[in-house]
Amino acid sequence: MAERILMKGNEAIAEAAIRAGCRHFFGYPITPQTEVSAYLAKRMPKVGGCFLQAESEVAAINMVLGAAAAGVRVMTSSSSPGISLKSEGISYIIGSDLPCVILNIQRGGPGLGGIQPSQADYNQATKAPGHGDAHVMVFAPSTVQEMVTCIFDMFDLSEQYRVPAMLLGDGLLGQMMEPVEFPDVKVTPAEKPWASNGHQNKREHNVVNSLYLQPDQLEAKNIERFERYAQIQANETRAEAFETEDCDVLVVAYGASSRIARSAVMNARAQGLKVGLLRPITLWPFPQKELLEASKTAKDILVVEMSMGQMVDDVKLALECSKPVHFFGHTGGIIPTPAEVLEQLKTIAGGAAK
Amino acid sequence: MLSTLTDTVIVAGHYGSGKTNLSLNLALRLREEGKPVTLCDLDVVNPYFRTADFQSIADEKGIHLITPAFAGSSVDIPALTGALDARLGRGDTVIIDVGGDDDGAYALGRYAPKILGRPYTMLFVANFFRYLTRTPEEAAPYMAEIEAASRLTFTHIVNNSNLAEQTTREDIENSIQKAQELSRLTGRPLFFTSVKEDLAPALPAQKVFPVRVYVKTPWQM
Repeated sequence: MAERILMKGNEAIAEAAIRAGCRHFFGYPITPQTEVSAYLAKRMPKVGGCFLQAESEVAAINMVLGAAAAGVRVMTSSSSPGISLKSEGISYIIGSDLPCVILNIQRGGPGLGGIQPSQADYNQATKAPGHGDAHVMVFAPSTVQEMVTCIFDMFDLSEQYRVPAMLLGDGLLGQMMEPVEFPDVKVTPAEKPWASNGHQNKREHNVVNSLYLQPDQLEAKNIERFERYAQIQANETRAEAFETEDCDVLVVAYGASSRIARSAVMNARAQGLKVGLLRPITLWPFPQKELLEASKTAKDILVVEMSMGQMVDDVKLALECSKPVHFFGHTGGIIPTPAEVLEQLKTIAGGAAK
Repeated sequence: MLSTLTDTVIVAGHYGSGKTNLSLNLALRLREEGKPVTLCDLDVVNPYFRTADFQSIADEKGIHLITPAFAGSSVDIPALTGALDARLGRGDTVIIDVGGDDDGAYALGRYAPKILGRPYTMLFVANFFRYLTRTPEEAAPYMAEIEAASRLTFTHIVNNSNLAEQTTREDIENSIQKAQELSRLTGRPLFFTSVKEDLAPALPAQKVFPVRVYVKTPWQM
């Protein structure tokens, strides 16, 4: 068995990236994700990697673009306002069909907002990570251990589909400490015949670019990319179902909110309420088939988020509005309590029983 | 066990070694023994999970709590307060919870001239389950870096090794050997091993300080 160690979420992400073969990191500090940078600043030189604190988020994301174009595993990290700054570069990376891993350890917004945990960047991550017809794969782990496993998968899947992968965490997961084990896996990065890493007179020049001035070429490029998006939607959805077999009320929550919801569900079950939890692990692609399966017996759905309710629309769409979808949450850095969620469950279950 | 503590007690170490929870437990124990206690949050690095979160416990138990200006307010400005200067040397036991690594210890250095004026205890908190301090050889340089940044000298080592709620008796026993080795390497005595309350009875032969875990996650009902 691998050795158990105690790590902060942010540190575990950073170490996982190194073990997943990432040797290039470009970032700019921002609370509450700064430990990612601080950790990599210490570790990268020891493993022969490149840690670079850029002069801004805009610079950092374009360094990611450059490194990814050269075919190496590369990561950047920020928190909400910093991700907004990076969104232009993210769009360029998407438009260039480059793999990379992007972390968003969310804080309260909009604007400069606050430094406490939040999940209010859901729509940005899943709907519009940058301009254009664009998606990134979005992973939302809920434990420090799951952050580690996600990071390994994200590097692999990002290369497989040539689509960036974003880890959508929050300040709570980034800052908290939990025991972790690192999987003992052999990392094999994908072949990258498209990389512009020196042709050595053995092949044609590779050009990595997102500029297509001919509309027919640009449309064809988008259509081809959306075929890959369709494959991702068909094959890469992930979710965890908990106590959903006979549930009257199904809670849908991800990340830190799902752990609060899980406490409430366990407590409600102990009180005889038939409630369950579906925890999306991928937010884009949204786990529609998993939601349909978990909600088969449910009369009501309750979405719990640290936002004003951004995932509610995806839940309604996935269910084609076939059931009432309620929302409970806090925003701005306030964390919902299990007792509050339990109270909601009691109210909804009471109504459902009538 | 705590009778040898001086009026000034500094708690420092690597990030996430458990300084905040240990500081709070020391403060509560000394208070139970009837001592006047001041607990000072000198962490200008960490935004979450910090001593400033324990105002209500401090109020209830009669512990004087000093926190950096703006602590817990989410204003991301690491400003220190003059209140610590005013409290040192006033007769109560002042426990100073320092931010992690040398980064956190620079703030302590600001108070070094005053601290050096009287006897002080400076505890190096070690958790050998933390990734960057898994061995005595890895932990020792952190002691030197913190001393250089704070301009103060560690007097003791506290073995606070833990894997949060997953800690077992065997984990503690293995860590004690590492703590003793760190003590040998650095020439500083091992003061005690702090363990979760429920593990303390299983370690009768060891010099243990039982601690309650006050730093909780929001999903614990």
